[in-house]
Amino acid sequence: MHLLRTDSGADGRDSQTLVSEQISVALTAPSMDHLDQLEAQSIYIFREAFARLKKIALLWSLGKDSNVMIWLARKAFFGRLPFPALHVDTGKKFPEMYRFRDHYGKEWELDLRVEPCPPIDAVDPTLPPAARSAARKTEGLKMALGKYGFDGLIAGIRRDEEATRAKERVFSPRGLEGNWDVRDQPPEFWDHFNASPPQGAHLRIHPILHWTEADIWAYTKRENIPIIPLYLSQKGKRYRSLGDQDITNPVASTATNIDEILIELEQTKVPERAGRALDHETEDAFERLRVAGYL
Amino acid sequence: MNMIVTPASPATPNGATSMPNGTTRPQVRIVIVGHVDHGKSTLVGRLLHETGSLPDGKLEMLKAVSARRGMPFEWSFLLDALQTERDQGITIDTTQIRFRTNSRDIVLIDAPGHAEFLRNMITGASQADGAVLIIDALEGVRDQTRRHGYLLHLLGVKQVAVVVNKMDRVDFSDLRFKEISDEISAHLNGLGVTPAAIIPISARDGDGVADRTDRIGWYKGPTVVEALDRLEPARPLEALALRLPVQAIYKFDDRRIVAGRIESGSLVAGDEIVIMPAGKIAKIKTVESWPVTPVAGRQGAGRSVGITLDRELFIERGDIIAHADTAPRETRRLRARIFWLHDKPLAKGDQLLVRCGPKESRATVVAIEKAVDPGELESRENKAIGRNHVGEIDISLSNPIAADPYTENPRTGRLVIEVSGRIAGGGLVLSVDAGQRAVPVDIVPVESALRPDERSARYQHNGAVVWLTGLPASGKSTLAKALERRLFTNGGSPILLDGDTLRAGLNSDLGFSAADRSENIRRLAEVATHLARNGHIAIVAAVSPAREDRATARRIADAAFREIHVATPAEICEERDPKGHYKKARAGTLTSFTGIGNDYERPEAAELVIDTSTRTVAEAADEIEQMLKTTGVLFDELVDLAANI
Repeated sequence: MHLLRTDSGADGRDSQTLVSEQISVALTAPSMDHLDQLEAQSIYIFREAFARLKKIALLWSLGKDSNVMIWLARKAFFGRLPFPALHVDTGKKFPEMYRFRDHYGKEWELDLRVEPCPPIDAVDPTLPPAARSAARKTEGLKMALGKYGFDGLIAGIRRDEEATRAKERVFSPRGLEGNWDVRDQPPEFWDHFNASPPQGAHLRIHPILHWTEADIWAYTKRENIPIIPLYLSQKGKRYRSLGDQDITNPVASTATNIDEILIELEQTKVPERAGRALDHETEDAFERLRVAGYL
Repeated sequence: MNMIVTPASPATPNGATSMPNGTTRPQVRIVIVGHVDHGKSTLVGRLLHETGSLPDGKLEMLKAVSARRGMPFEWSFLLDALQTERDQGITIDTTQIRFRTNSRDIVLIDAPGHAEFLRNMITGASQADGAVLIIDALEGVRDQTRRHGYLLHLLGVKQVAVVVNKMDRVDFSDLRFKEISDEISAHLNGLGVTPAAIIPISARDGDGVADRTDRIGWYKGPTVVEALDRLEPARPLEALALRLPVQAIYKFDDRRIVAGRIESGSLVAGDEIVIMPAGKIAKIKTVESWPVTPVAGRQGAGRSVGITLDRELFIERGDIIAHADTAPRETRRLRARIFWLHDKPLAKGDQLLVRCGPKESRATVVAIEKAVDPGELESRENKAIGRNHVGEIDISLSNPIAADPYTENPRTGRLVIEVSGRIAGGGLVLSVDAGQRAVPVDIVPVESALRPDERSARYQHNGAVVWLTGLPASGKSTLAKALERRLFTNGGSPILLDGDTLRAGLNSDLGFSAADRSENIRRLAEVATHLARNGHIAIVAAVSPAREDRATARRIADAAFREIHVATPAEICEERDPKGHYKKARAGTLTSFTGIGNDYERPEAAELVIDTSTRTVAEAADEIEQMLKTTGVLFDELVDLAANI
């Protein structure tokens, strides 16, 4: 209406035509592709978490997923991460991962908090090795939570990684002990999130829950996000997923760049976490860990 | 086995939509719903198998897991990942899995059929572009079939394919199939939903899923895979009027960025917009982004954006930005059709928290109509809306909001209801009672004839809002008056805004309910900010016990805000009690009194904290003066004025 009014000159008909032409041209916005849609949704989630919770942190595991998360957060907040990046350090990551952390922690001006895990001796010795490692990391996470009193932790899990993760909420409440009550997850719809954790409990926020492994790589390439070289093939092997050195194995691969990784993912029927010992110990190993508060 | 997937595009569990060669395939999200045990998870397992989408080793794992429980091969174990789900043989929570058809990337959402887990079904179904409603051929249409059908309508899922499963149990009888088809068609048509297809299948054996087998030779329609291939992904609502609900206002640097996601329509720098519900008009100055900013060109529905405006208006989270000629209605009252998930039935008079996008408002249920159990055949109307039931409600909101009826805008025409911090229901806005403001008011503020630096040159200070908060009798008014006198003596222009004084006039319509207290603070902040913008130092003395209210005041006054917590210990305040309020409150004759309860929320990041029990008034005034100097409100005598221009 306002547009029309300002342009109505003496020659009514002509200016009317002109204006409507301008409108029809101007009204076409460039359409969004699949990655644009994923990105917009993740930004929305980041902004909701920042608006509705008091004290949040992003869990930075240094892997491809959490690097994409940091990138998305900087898009959401116009170049900065307005809350700490928390690295719960097992001390057993690859040297390349520590170098990556120290370099980009500075370059991206992150408020980086590196928190240790308890010694392995302090963790239930009856657990299988990988589960014991994960339990140790869960303990480290709980210690960090206690230290800072975060009411929200942003984690880079995805539905396509693993079956119990597929059942996650975007805002996922944790109990006072950090535990996940799978029997009583609250309803979540229309991008309305349950963001009121009880006193002393916290929420896990999952901004890339709806992404796939291939989405992560396609986006990493499009945005030119730096990666750890361990993801690329050397001597016929590469890591698809990076964890602790002693419980992560590379998979056979000839992919030496992201395009080749994407082609490989098109063809493979091997699950992403095949190289993670943790996922193969018992039928419900992963579920039990997640219920106890693991990512 | 007739594989649907061509060798050129092998199906993968991690189906990439953006392919390396640059082509893209539409992604469609589909939810599988229906009564418990009618075979949803089995159908999903079968679909993955038929399209070659199972990861290596998964089939063997399923065989092993089934054998361990002494059961025949069970497809549903694929998605029923939780131990309890496998043990009980039911799906508890919704899950998602991906596969491909000829022309689509499908995200399959499996939703539980058990009535107890309706909240999980809704969580799953709300994300879908289309739905498959599954019915057991032997059992026929059941209560949860009807309930799920109704919820698909409430959730706005319009593309529905029906499958009649377990046809092997009824000897693939076309008569039985027709019976069920007629019944479910009638039910769905009644809800305004036309099924895209009704398909006879046996998910366990594979008939009708990817192939038309001889056993269903009488059926000429599409298979399940073919039906899925025809569903359309949801399109962004770009053709509708602009709706940009505000998620936050960021001031990380010298930009003041209004951030949110465009729910419908589109915008471009230069657009004249209106901020609802207040109805203030502004122009979009820039569209901000990262790493490149500002961005040119039009931004359409679905984008998460940040914009700056050409003038400083008070905007807050939950406001809706629209074009002036197509603004949403501002209202305190609306009617909605909702589903209810909470244990306690929703009744007339209940107090709720309502969310429309990022906007939240307290609300009261004024009336309830058509409360029914959508699972029952003959619906009986009730006075309250029970758990897992639906109904229509009239609600009255304590704050005005901007909303659309869902028929005009499906994104801004829906709401959720929270009880005790947990989502308890949701639904569609049927109608909006328009408030007094039928048309947006163009309130382009008239700019002062004086420049800010002219005023500050005279007063030797910048404009500011000095906000004194603290318990009654903590010394706020005494300090305020001392500060006022001192600033005035130095040639400044202080103006005292005392909470009680304003309640006698401007705020005489307000009481002491939480909502009225919030409004009281908002008005104080608006008046004080106006004074500050015109170079004065507004000194506000108000208990202002709610952190949220003070945060609102800070948002309004923005960079001019200086918070001082007058943190005199509570027992000393009560001892002083100059107005006799503590005494009355203890005696029970003064209700809604802040001070003797725990209802004062201490500031966490005040610019200054002062305990008046340990210093004189003059000392306290010194400290305030010092703080105003170090935070750039007061100029030191030696300051070069030009530096402040």
